[in-house]
Amino acid sequence: MIQVQDISKSYEKGKVQALDHIHLTVKPGEIFGLIGPDGAGKTTLIRIIASLLLPDSGNVKVFEYDTREDFQSIRNIIGYMPGKFSLYQDLTVEENLQFFATIFKSDIKQNYPLIKDLYDQLAPFKDRRAGKLSGGMKQKLALSCALIHEPKLLLLDEPTTGVDPVSRNEFWKMLLKLKERGITIIVSTPYMDEASLCDRIALMQFGKILDMGSPHEICQNSGLELYSISSEEPFHLLQAVKGYSRTKSCYAFGSSLHVNLNDGDIHGLLDYLSSKGLKQISSEKIDATIEDVFMEKLNTLS
Amino acid sequence: MNSIEVKDLTKKFGDFTAVDHINFEIKQGEIFGFLGANGAGKTTAMRMLIGLLTPTSGTGTVAGYDVNTQSEEIKKHIGYMSQKFSLYNNLTVKENIRFYGGLYNIPGKELKVKTDELMARLGLTDYANKLLQGLPLGWKQKLAFSVAIQHKPKIVFLDEPTGGVDPVTRRQFWEMIYEAANEGITVFVTTHYMDEAEYCDRVSIMVDGKIAALDTPATLKKQFETENMDGVFRKLARGAARTE
Amino acid sequence: MKSSFIAMVIKEFKHVIRDGRSLFFLLAQPVMMILLFGFALSNEVKESKVIIVDHAHDLASKGLIQRIDQNRYFHVIGSLSNESEAKEIFEQGRASLIIVFPENFSDDLKHQYKSSVQLIADAHDPNTAAIITTYASAVFRDFQNEQLGLLKMPYEIKVETRMLYNPQLISAYNFVPGVMTLILMILGAMMTSVAIVREKELGTMEVLLASPMHPLQIVLSKAIPYLVLAFITVIIILVLSVFVLHVPIRGSLLLLLAESLLFISTTLALGLLISTITEQQQVAMFISLVGLMLPSLIFSGFMFPIENMPLVLQIISNVIPTKWYYNIVRAIMVKGLGFMSIWKETVILLGMTLVLLTVAIKKFKVHLS
Repeated sequence: MIQVQDISKSYEKGKVQALDHIHLTVKPGEIFGLIGPDGAGKTTLIRIIASLLLPDSGNVKVFEYDTREDFQSIRNIIGYMPGKFSLYQDLTVEENLQFFATIFKSDIKQNYPLIKDLYDQLAPFKDRRAGKLSGGMKQKLALSCALIHEPKLLLLDEPTTGVDPVSRNEFWKMLLKLKERGITIIVSTPYMDEASLCDRIALMQFGKILDMGSPHEICQNSGLELYSISSEEPFHLLQAVKGYSRTKSCYAFGSSLHVNLNDGDIHGLLDYLSSKGLKQISSEKIDATIEDVFMEKLNTLS
Repeated sequence: MNSIEVKDLTKKFGDFTAVDHINFEIKQGEIFGFLGANGAGKTTAMRMLIGLLTPTSGTGTVAGYDVNTQSEEIKKHIGYMSQKFSLYNNLTVKENIRFYGGLYNIPGKELKVKTDELMARLGLTDYANKLLQGLPLGWKQKLAFSVAIQHKPKIVFLDEPTGGVDPVTRRQFWEMIYEAANEGITVFVTTHYMDEAEYCDRVSIMVDGKIAALDTPATLKKQFETENMDGVFRKLARGAARTE
Repeated sequence: MKSSFIAMVIKEFKHVIRDGRSLFFLLAQPVMMILLFGFALSNEVKESKVIIVDHAHDLASKGLIQRIDQNRYFHVIGSLSNESEAKEIFEQGRASLIIVFPENFSDDLKHQYKSSVQLIADAHDPNTAAIITTYASAVFRDFQNEQLGLLKMPYEIKVETRMLYNPQLISAYNFVPGVMTLILMILGAMMTSVAIVREKELGTMEVLLASPMHPLQIVLSKAIPYLVLAFITVIIILVLSVFVLHVPIRGSLLLLLAESLLFISTTLALGLLISTITEQQQVAMFISLVGLMLPSLIFSGFMFPIENMPLVLQIISNVIPTKWYYNIVRAIMVKGLGFMSIWKETVILLGMTLVLLTVAIKKFKVHLS
């Protein structure tokens, strides 16, 4: 169990409020996602939980240890993967793994089953310098090094940023497998679609938590009634819907638009649109996605 | 007229062929999405187009200038913005705009007027004298884009401009892209957000250094029998030999 | 715990060896400096051009002129009839020294037991001028002594100046200890501080901190490869000095190496301290190179004698480690002294090392800021 109680942290003598009275709890063995854009405070929060950063106020307990007093004990049981590439560029894949295994008083062989999948993919490059790997491979190596000692808690700070969708997908499959071994995982990401892969999430922006719960709960409880609308002319459609007086919000989602109406009257909108000359419009009611909820909460915030 | 034309463009590093005989034509005012997995050769290809890398073989023109022989001319006539670096964090908003304006030879008086206009358009007038590093990422990226097209280039190259940006700002950013395209600027953009791929006029997907697909999003979805571009991407990228 | 320390040290060695540029800088730098100081920048002045104004044209003057010319420090390039042309000569840079013999030079010597010779030196470079006139005076004194030996003079006051330890004023004797001190100071401090700060900059320090490794282990493991490298540098410098510059080590080699090891530790501790006050490699490099270089140079006594400085600066020099090490090296290498003569300096260096180390460790941040 990880308990974050009333954590606040500011930089530059209070000018930048990175975290603003954050509360959250992470249950053992779950994948908890911190979902939010750059500057939301995700990195700061993860560092505080890792005991690397001291909060201005509040406290954090990682299992039974306090991050202020027992930080050395916490550092024995966590695996940490920071956002920037955190490995030694001039050491080979094998050397990096061996090094991290040793400083965690472990051995590659000892925990091999844990990193087997990752290692199999890395094996062809084991004598290559880490700096010469592609983005996706570096992430896999960094994850392996964070896992090599079978930590109780894995802290991953934006592990998939800048990585293509296929590699991201593979990475998450790996995380789900780790969860099966009982490792608690806290992961941060700006990609809203990854939120649904977590057990529970916290939506963050500007140092605050906008909403928290399982992805399903968050969408259900949002109270958003959304329609997905598409046509052959997406740009014109967007302009037109925005011009409709009863549109509360309207956002592009790929080839369609998610529309939230003041009165929920979709037919009123469709009539309006055809009067504007837009033809062949398809529409359907949809459940809100995490991204929809996030944007709604953001707007309420400002 | 074609904004960008590329024929059998290739780049090798020793034995390694990063970009393998790619061909395409992009029309003026088009929004062109340039997709691909990490290691597929996207960055290398883009570097050749913006005049930062000399091709090993093949020909191409960007804004009418030859990629093999006129790279300096190309640089003068394009705009460029990347995720990693676009503006200086320890300069103010105003200073950044003026610096890049000067870099692209916008004359002094005109630059002053344009600077004020730009800030007004983005709602940043109150932040004119604030250092960039205090601003949220989304604002920085929007500013960077505006600065990149300040000198009215024919083409603007955007390298993952919306990485890590919040969803609302992301969409505002794409509205800016649409406006630019409407004004006739060709937009060449790479992204890892597959929903953004749908906003493009046409999209290409690079796999193992080659272009595996190039068409409108609608056609590609039909061709690969998927509902969205994410599906198209997965089907193509999964077959890649180079997970590298 | 022991094995993770060893793993860190091994990793550090790998970094150093694989960073070709730094390694080159580390090892080539002392070689270059020694050769530069040893050969090119010699304080000795050889083959100075001399012009003679001989009003005497007698045996004594001719004899002296010949001696001057034969001396390896001088080269007589011509003669003038009148010393009024001297100024022009100097302005044109044609000679550094003009020697004027008066009429009746020999006669005066023989009958009045004294005469005088005028030396006119181009003193736009006062150091060189002083050296040249000193050499020339030495030649005259030799001659004088010889002559006196032939005559029977009951009383003589001989003024002898001997340059102790370095009779020929060979500059290399002075430079080797100085160069060694400077190089070790800068390299030790810079390499260590940059190595630590680099980890902070790259982000790997975070990962290390988030591990069971004790911060002390992290810090010390960084120092060890540079300790080894600096020691190798010392050996290189000594080898070059002895075999290329012919500067002997008069005292105990073992003592010299031991003291060097101590000084290296001092510089490493300084490097560690520097690393705690910045997060950027460039700043660390700047502080080590520019920040340390000047005080180390000025207050070591290498270039400028400390005794000639104002009292305040003399006191300050006591805080600068290079002063103590420079004295130690000179004592052992040039004077051939033993431990009993330098125990005070050794204790001071030891004390400095411990203080620096303690402060550095206390300041090492266990948390990020």
